[in-house]
Amino acid sequence: MSSSTDWPLWEVFVRSRRGLSHTHAGSLHAPDAEMALRNARDLYTRRSEGVSLWVVPSTEITASSPDEKDSFFEPAGDKPYRHPTFYEIPEGVKHL
Amino acid sequence: MSAALALGDDALVLSHRLGEWAGHAPVLEEEVALANIALDLLGQARMLLSSVGDEDQLAYLREERAFRNVQLVEQPNGDFAHTIARQLYFSVYQHLLYEELAAGESEFTDLAAKAVKEVTYHRDHAEQWVLRLGDGTSESHERMQLALDALWRFTGELFEPVAGVDVDPHALRDRWLAAVTSVVHRATLSLPSGPQSGAWAAGAGRQGLHTEPFGRMLAEMQHLHRSHPGASW
Repeated sequence: MSSSTDWPLWEVFVRSRRGLSHTHAGSLHAPDAEMALRNARDLYTRRSEGVSLWVVPSTEITASSPDEKDSFFEPAGDKPYRHPTFYEIPEGVKHL
Repeated sequence: MSAALALGDDALVLSHRLGEWAGHAPVLEEEVALANIALDLLGQARMLLSSVGDEDQLAYLREERAFRNVQLVEQPNGDFAHTIARQLYFSVYQHLLYEELAAGESEFTDLAAKAVKEVTYHRDHAEQWVLRLGDGTSESHERMQLALDALWRFTGELFEPVAGVDVDPHALRDRWLAAVTSVVHRATLSLPSGPQSGAWAAGAGRQGLHTEPFGRMLAEMQHLHRSHPGASW
């Protein structure tokens, strides 16, 4: 099998069931968006893992830089009052 | 001849042909797509053959002359365009057939209702590829046209009446031709103009007459079971 291909890379997001957000599942190669959706269906949802699919060109993703990790994420670390941990979770609430 | 045997052998033989792409497909994503389609067809074949007799006995111990599949599905994979042409011709036929069977009342109603969802995807997969190869590069266009032409003479057999399949073959052929023509033209390709069956043999698969490549395919498909009868995991 040829390992090289000119096809662009696509990121795949799967919504596992209604009410949940789409979650990144992986990536794949495809010649265009329509074929990327079909490949995603075959690769990521054939065992009933999803009810909805998104495919996004990988080149369209803007990622945070590891070099900026400190300025991006560190300041949140010493502000525990930002975390909703001081509340009692009411009984019967799931998914919190 | 049992209708279930005819439809079951179509599914079994095409499933095996598609399975031959494993490890050889142009890209990994397409290999998975073809394997998925093969597994759908294998599931259909198991249900159909089990309704006639022992599925393993039927799949692995019958001689070539006892198979009732159309000759189209036994044609070798060829290049990718040949595989896609075979998929287009067969999946459009199977989709129209199963839609009709699912709407009717026969021994095939339940199977067809389940399978029609799978086959809808097979048809879409084939159509998407015909569009892209036909309207792609000059080489992909040329290869797709060659493949459509080469397999055309095996398409007439799809519309031979099968006893027990309660579908009007003429109406089926008209709808098939309209659907295939539409895809082929949108793909900037030409509908083959030759006869839909060869004077020599095409059209006889349902009677057990098969083309030369089928014997080699069967040998590979059956040799493990014949070498180790009754073996299990």
